[in-house]
Amino acid sequence: MNTTTTETKSLKLWQGVNQAFVEEMDRDERVVLVGEDVGRPGGPYGVTRGLLDRFGPDRVRDTPISETTILGLGVGAAAVGLRPVVEIMFFDFAMLAMDQIVNQAAKYRYFSGESMPLVVHTMCGAGGPNGAQHSQNFEAWYCAVPGLNVVMPSNAADAKGLLKAAIRDDDPTLVIQTLGLLTARRDVTMGEDVLVPLGVADVRRSGTDVTVVAIGRLVDRALAAAAQLEEEDGVSVEVIDPRTLAPLDRDTIAASIRRTGRLVVAQEATAPFSFASEVCAIAVEDCLAELQAPPIRVTSPFVNVPTPVPLAEARAPGVDAVVAAVRTTLESR
Amino acid sequence: MTDFDHPHDPAVARYRTMRLSRRFEETVHEQFDAGNVPGPLHLSIGQEAVAAGVCSDLRTTDVVTSTHRGHHHCLAKGAAPDRMMAELLGRTAGYSRGRGGSMHVAVPSIGLLGTNGIVGGGIPIATGAAYGIQVQQRDDVAICFFGEGAAATGGFGEALNMASLWRLPLVFVCENNQYVEMTPQSLHVAGQIWRRGEGYDVPGVRIDGNDVDEVAAAAAEAVRRAREGGGPTLIEAVTFRWFGHYAGDKAAFRSEEEVEAGRAGDPLVVARARLAEADAGAADASAEAEIQAALAFALATPITGPDVLALDHYSPVTA
Repeated sequence: MNTTTTETKSLKLWQGVNQAFVEEMDRDERVVLVGEDVGRPGGPYGVTRGLLDRFGPDRVRDTPISETTILGLGVGAAAVGLRPVVEIMFFDFAMLAMDQIVNQAAKYRYFSGESMPLVVHTMCGAGGPNGAQHSQNFEAWYCAVPGLNVVMPSNAADAKGLLKAAIRDDDPTLVIQTLGLLTARRDVTMGEDVLVPLGVADVRRSGTDVTVVAIGRLVDRALAAAAQLEEEDGVSVEVIDPRTLAPLDRDTIAASIRRTGRLVVAQEATAPFSFASEVCAIAVEDCLAELQAPPIRVTSPFVNVPTPVPLAEARAPGVDAVVAAVRTTLESR
Repeated sequence: MTDFDHPHDPAVARYRTMRLSRRFEETVHEQFDAGNVPGPLHLSIGQEAVAAGVCSDLRTTDVVTSTHRGHHHCLAKGAAPDRMMAELLGRTAGYSRGRGGSMHVAVPSIGLLGTNGIVGGGIPIATGAAYGIQVQQRDDVAICFFGEGAAATGGFGEALNMASLWRLPLVFVCENNQYVEMTPQSLHVAGQIWRRGEGYDVPGVRIDGNDVDEVAAAAAEAVRRAREGGGPTLIEAVTFRWFGHYAGDKAAFRSEEEVEAGRAGDPLVVARARLAEADAGAADASAEAEIQAALAFALATPITGPDVLALDHYSPVTA
């Protein structure tokens, strides 16, 4: 396997995820994948396509609809030496498995001193006609649990590289893909060992006037807003994608806020007790002297996700919402 | 010369394990009453035969999941009484540096995947361990200890289904001690637990959980099946919980007569009566010495302080 290549390919996000599975399962026979519809159907969105044929039913196992025990498969298999990836089809379904994630996997090292190399791979957010039980963003809940890593890629390259890093990590890691991004393309550097390290933010666009911290689906929208603001207002916006929410790259975020003095945080989740709230707390705790304006959270309104796609799209914050927030924060002097 | 700490006769070895567990818990109960146990204590006294019988023939590489009432499982699987005692007494030499206590003892190196503060929490984990063993093509088994209270959790049904579907090397051991926390099981349990595998094609058996030989025989059969790829078995071992839900619980939910009747089936008395007095006496003395040494060890090690609170949350190596 050539690992030094710098060849790039344009991939859809789901293809990047699929490649990560193939490469890591090729590389390490301890890596297994369990979950609903992961085998023969190849996942509801094709993410696990071809894996069953390639790796067989022991390592790619279709499970009954039993989320608690699906997660238990991962915890128990990790405890006896495998490196399992547990697929939870929609993030909403992780509710049924929360005991195993929060009370069991996240505590294992604390109790035993041993590794728990478990990945929980799931998908969040609106983007299809899926409604209020198949579209939710609960990333912040898991970030509040000591012992868990939480990863939320915004593009194909990070989706692939972060998933690979998560599989190689010795701690339980929740990898949250975003439904609305599954078919979004990005150039991905090929190579078995091209990883995106956990805990390292990506400054997607450098700027001097306002810091926009965006996650998941809002990263592309924040980048579009930054381009529009530069063109229309001559404003220089820095866009940071933390990529890993826990552990959060606090230093990169705080350094940027100190330079710009202005903060907008953009996410698909609702605002109360969210990732955006946490970043605002960092701004206040670490950067109060430099802040020139109150931080602003750009989020979905505090209402459930509707099923019809136009309604769901109307609920999620768009480019306009980010543009408006940046303009508002610049009004404070 | 007989090695009293590791008897060659399996019956003596099982009896010694039971005595070790009994004396461990009596000792830690005294320490609790003396204020030396900084956490809750769920005693398994009266239930020792289930752990000793099931674990007597297990390998180190076989794994067990235990419960909130699991000291006997831990000791029977080979946990060191001294480090167990240190853990329960909140000492730095404990398995979790004295931070976890009774419900959070996990020693993966001996196949002990953990006691558990969540009733039913171990059932999915044992299922996963059995799946992992199957993928690795080992002929080890996973043992899932749980109580009749946990038989009401959804994970039990899920696990029966998966274990049967995939013929996992898993033995479900329902340790029925008659009480679900602070409620008699008549208010919790419908039907017969040992028959709950029927619809999943999981064979079930109900045995006297106070007879260590009967437990050992049933476990040996189930373990053999599991090792040979025959899939899971459900064993319901009926026993009796001598004390309340937790140390200090007055157990007002049951009568003196009920307790007296239950304690009459003391599994240690049952087992001891079948042994030569010399063997039994030697096992008693050997177990007693080990427990006294464990207590001395625990009391001699420092009480855990806040300096270790942050340890063991994340792997030491990051990319």
